[in-house]
Amino acid sequence: MLRYLATRALSLGLSLVVASVVIFALIEVIPGDPASYMLGLNATDETLAALRTELGLDGSKFDRYLAWVGGMLTGDFGVSYTYRVPVAELVLDRLWVSLPLAIYALTLSTLIAFPVGILAAANRGGVLDVAIMGGTQLGIAVPNFWFAMLLVLLFAVTLQWFSAGGFAGWDDPLLAIKSLTLPAVALALPQASILARVMRSALIETLEQDYIRTARAKGLSRRQAVLRHALKNALIPVLTIIGLQFSFLLAGAIIIENVFFLPGLGRLIFQGITQRDLVVVESVTMLLVFAVILVTFLVDVAYALVDPRLRRR
Amino acid sequence: MRRLPPALLIGAALSAAFLAIAALSLVWTPHSVTGVSISERLQPPSAQYVLGTDQLGRDLASMLMVGAQTSIAVALIAVGIGIALGVPLGLAAAATRGSLLDEIIMRGNDLIFAFPSLVIAILITARYGPSATNAILAIGIFNIPVFARVARGGALPLWTLDYILAARTAGKGRVRISVEHILPNILNLLIVQATIQFSLGILAEAALSYVGLGAQPPVPSWGRMLAEAQTMIYSHPMLAILPGLAIVLMVLGLNLMGDGLRDALDPRLRRRRA
Repeated sequence: MLRYLATRALSLGLSLVVASVVIFALIEVIPGDPASYMLGLNATDETLAALRTELGLDGSKFDRYLAWVGGMLTGDFGVSYTYRVPVAELVLDRLWVSLPLAIYALTLSTLIAFPVGILAAANRGGVLDVAIMGGTQLGIAVPNFWFAMLLVLLFAVTLQWFSAGGFAGWDDPLLAIKSLTLPAVALALPQASILARVMRSALIETLEQDYIRTARAKGLSRRQAVLRHALKNALIPVLTIIGLQFSFLLAGAIIIENVFFLPGLGRLIFQGITQRDLVVVESVTMLLVFAVILVTFLVDVAYALVDPRLRRR
Repeated sequence: MRRLPPALLIGAALSAAFLAIAALSLVWTPHSVTGVSISERLQPPSAQYVLGTDQLGRDLASMLMVGAQTSIAVALIAVGIGIALGVPLGLAAAATRGSLLDEIIMRGNDLIFAFPSLVIAILITARYGPSATNAILAIGIFNIPVFARVARGGALPLWTLDYILAARTAGKGRVRISVEHILPNILNLLIVQATIQFSLGILAEAALSYVGLGAQPPVPSWGRMLAEAQTMIYSHPMLAILPGLAIVLMVLGLNLMGDGLRDALDPRLRRRRA
């Protein structure tokens, strides 16, 4: 168990180092000068020089990388060039939108996918199974931002149950949750479709195992066999996918936040991109990648807890 | 002859239809997609404009046809990049199983896998300028580890078989064995994976061009058509519904085809069914 955790932790650290190098290289090393990219064609030499000093561009690239990583490790993400505030502050503000949105969507997707997947597996080959599998095929094929637009069309424009976008803040938690509902549903649908399919096939595989036959032979009903024995063992592949989905949810949230005009991390990145604020783009991207890699690590740890075979190693 | 699975037939028919539409759009569209005529803007469907016109008076049907071409071109080339680089890497890793080379290739793969692909794609296209080429590169990079993994996974069990041993005894080198004996036998796996990555590529291209980081105007793309229609969703919902429908049908077709191919090509599944 300890050895397993140690290798996972080592690979976590290594991934983070490589990720930071790649992001830094993509943004700052090749090609051209970040300062002139940020200021555009009309910048005077003085403003360029001032920005170069501010960004530390005069130092070597290696020094700059170390300063960037060192800063992030101590919570200093640099100062946004357009907002003139520390990026950490901007991120903290936006986190209160993006994180609840991702968790909301993940919860919805899991709540939908588990019963649907179990139902399909329990009725394998039946009408219900075929209908569910057809529905999930459709769910996977739907781009979430388009689904979001359809939701707006139906629930905001036609039925007027929800507002079409915007975020009222957490002063009124109910209102906040309401304004996150359509975005969360839009994010959750494709994820739930994938998860339901994984749940189904994992469950079908475990249902074919000998110990399920034994459980049935000793008198458990089909339902009891599924709930007591099969479900727990089918959870391993399902956990992997939930972990992977967090990555998709974060990326999806970037786009969905733009559909619903939510002031989250995704919008922050896009504002950074359109305003050519590389400090914001660089640090927020690193943060997102960090979150994804961390979740992958946590899923690996969760495996060890769920699967005693891994624990012994 | 065995009966083909219905999913495969439906999927292949849908995919073929979109390919045909895209190919046709290379030589003919009902109207020009670059010709802007404000007097003809937002027309309802008519004999002249089968699906009506958009906010700039362009024929929606023609836009959708050329949009198919953009989507397919981007996704197809991105899959090509994945195969061209990923498959040799996977084969090399399998041929040198357990060696340093194998270790480096597979750990490199894990690293790329750990990255949220869309975030990095956004980063690349944002920093190097939005264009179809950069979208292709951004999507293609993340196809490399997928194909490397599939190729390695398919090749490993083959290396333990007798006929490979015979080939080695006959003096064939690892490269030659990989190309002559391993590759033809993992082709099934690669075709199925290519179909899946193709459909993911269509979705990724749509997402990138929706946020303005894909093909640039005046080249029509489904994603940007959706973005432009979003402000008019109240008054002209069809402009937002049709491009989305095109994406869904194309992706659905490819996914059904991929699933069907996997069932049809996997001898294990075939035996179980029989």
